[in-house]
Amino acid sequence: MLEADLQLRLSRLDLDVAFTVASGEVLALLGPNGSGKSTTLRALMGLLPLAGGRVVLDGTVLEDPAQHVKVPPEKRPIGLMFQDYLLFPHLSAVENVAFGLRARGTDKKAARERAAQTLARLGLEGRLASARPGAMSGGQQQRVAMARALVTDPKLLLLDEPLAALDVSTKTDVRRLLRDALRQSSAANVLVTHDLLDAVALGDRMVVIQDGGVVQTGTPAEVTARPRSRYVADLVGVNLLRGTAHGTVIEIDGGGKLTCAEPATGPVLATVPPVGVAVSRQRPEEQEPNTWPGRISAVDLMGDRVRVRIDGTPEITAEVPPQAVDELKLDDGGDLWASVNPESITVYPP
Amino acid sequence: MSAVEEQKQPFNPLLAVLAALAALFFVFPLIGMITGAPWGNVLNVITTKSSLDALGLSIVASLSSTALALLFGFPLAWLLARGQFRGKGLVRGLVTLPMVLPPVVGGIALLLAYGRRGIIGEPLDKAFGISLPFTLAGVIVAESFVAMPFFVITAESGLRSMNRRLEDAARSLGAGRMLVFRRVTLPLIWPSLAAGTVLTWARALGEFGATITFAGNLPGKTQTMPLAIYISQSSGKTDEAIALSLILVVVSLVVMIFRRRLSGSASG
Repeated sequence: MLEADLQLRLSRLDLDVAFTVASGEVLALLGPNGSGKSTTLRALMGLLPLAGGRVVLDGTVLEDPAQHVKVPPEKRPIGLMFQDYLLFPHLSAVENVAFGLRARGTDKKAARERAAQTLARLGLEGRLASARPGAMSGGQQQRVAMARALVTDPKLLLLDEPLAALDVSTKTDVRRLLRDALRQSSAANVLVTHDLLDAVALGDRMVVIQDGGVVQTGTPAEVTARPRSRYVADLVGVNLLRGTAHGTVIEIDGGGKLTCAEPATGPVLATVPPVGVAVSRQRPEEQEPNTWPGRISAVDLMGDRVRVRIDGTPEITAEVPPQAVDELKLDDGGDLWASVNPESITVYPP
Repeated sequence: MSAVEEQKQPFNPLLAVLAALAALFFVFPLIGMITGAPWGNVLNVITTKSSLDALGLSIVASLSSTALALLFGFPLAWLLARGQFRGKGLVRGLVTLPMVLPPVVGGIALLLAYGRRGIIGEPLDKAFGISLPFTLAGVIVAESFVAMPFFVITAESGLRSMNRRLEDAARSLGAGRMLVFRRVTLPLIWPSLAAGTVLTWARALGEFGATITFAGNLPGKTQTMPLAIYISQSSGKTDEAIALSLILVVVSLVVMIFRRRLSGSASG
């Protein structure tokens, strides 16, 4: 089990995050670029020194600046898989995987045998195993990197955007392979990603970080159902509004009101799925509560649906069928009325 | 998708003539040397005692100064590439100055520093009785001064261009600093080190100006090949000069082929 409390000051970011990961569990660390995800991994690895906090792995203190404890990176029982793999270009796949075993004292023959077995389990055998990384495809390199991180049986496995460098067609296969490998691993696993699908598919639990701090923690289902940040809401594809509830009416921060089905009181968050937002060029004739005008600020095609961003009070995104683009001449821009179905609104405490 | 077609350069007569002239400019001296060489006599000339002395001195001095360049130049290259200290740019500039400095000027500067009356040479002479000018050690100092910058610059650029995060990867795999250096850093910068070594050695072998100024021209003691060639030529022994030159031409060709093979393996 990993208990991490990381505080460090960098020129472009102050990181302050704390989380625990049980052995065998996969924690997905989700956040936008520059939020501190990779920094978190580098700090856990010991490549960046902590200013405060501590790192404890299976009861052993790896780093505690207050006690002047800092185990150097090479002495930590941690496997780290880098986003760009960082395979050694001058070594073959087998030698790359055997490197960690050799560095930790396994003799050459045994190290190579175990490396070859691990590669074979991931589907790299024969000539591929003795090829150099430069002669391999992205997916093959990814598997070598995975084998290299796994082969030493680390107590903590860190994966930095393991699928980011792959094209879409390979991604699905490799994601499945990675999921199986993680399920078999008894290590505490921390997976860094900015891809919600990876986080949901691979993570048992999620920690969302932004600007160096934790903004939300929970299971993937909890986080996606009740996002607490604009970042996650955008990834999930819902409108997130912050406000104060007085019964069924929410006064939205920054202006506007929404009427919802369930009453609540005090500060709340509300999500509105874009399909719950209807649009029209004319003011709707019936005096409905959740209706307000705005200006079209963006029109995007999402698969077979079209998303329209409406710059009003509040700002909201609606999802309409493609024929609406023609019927309502959405491409021309201009003003639009948005109507939100009260039943579609989810309200929860912030 | 169609393959990208290589764009063909349209034929330009002016360009072709100028390029051909440039190439011939380099070819004729070689041809001149081959046709002018006293072929029947080459072996006799280059096996005279004075020639063999000069050749031996050249080999010993150039290899020694190359070894010194490796020993002291690598740590310097390392600090220039990775160290963080004030005045780094200044240090780099001073170290590489001999690359552009006329060698004779380098020789004068060496005399003023390490000569008998030099700021370092005088105390050295008084305290230990060590005097560098007009000795083999002086030849080695002169050659190192001129040639070491080539090693420092090449090694530094090798260190700079390597992906240092590979060292992070190695450490994350349990390798200590020495193992990381031996198994990751060194193999990755090896082509640069080899190229730098060859350049340094070739430069040391050909050194003339700084050597003759600082170490003089004592046959059997400080007279290296380039000096012997110059003396032969200016004292009218053209055959001897050409014969000795041929040796250096052959050595240079071998070095160039060796370098090509090195850079070939670096990109592979």
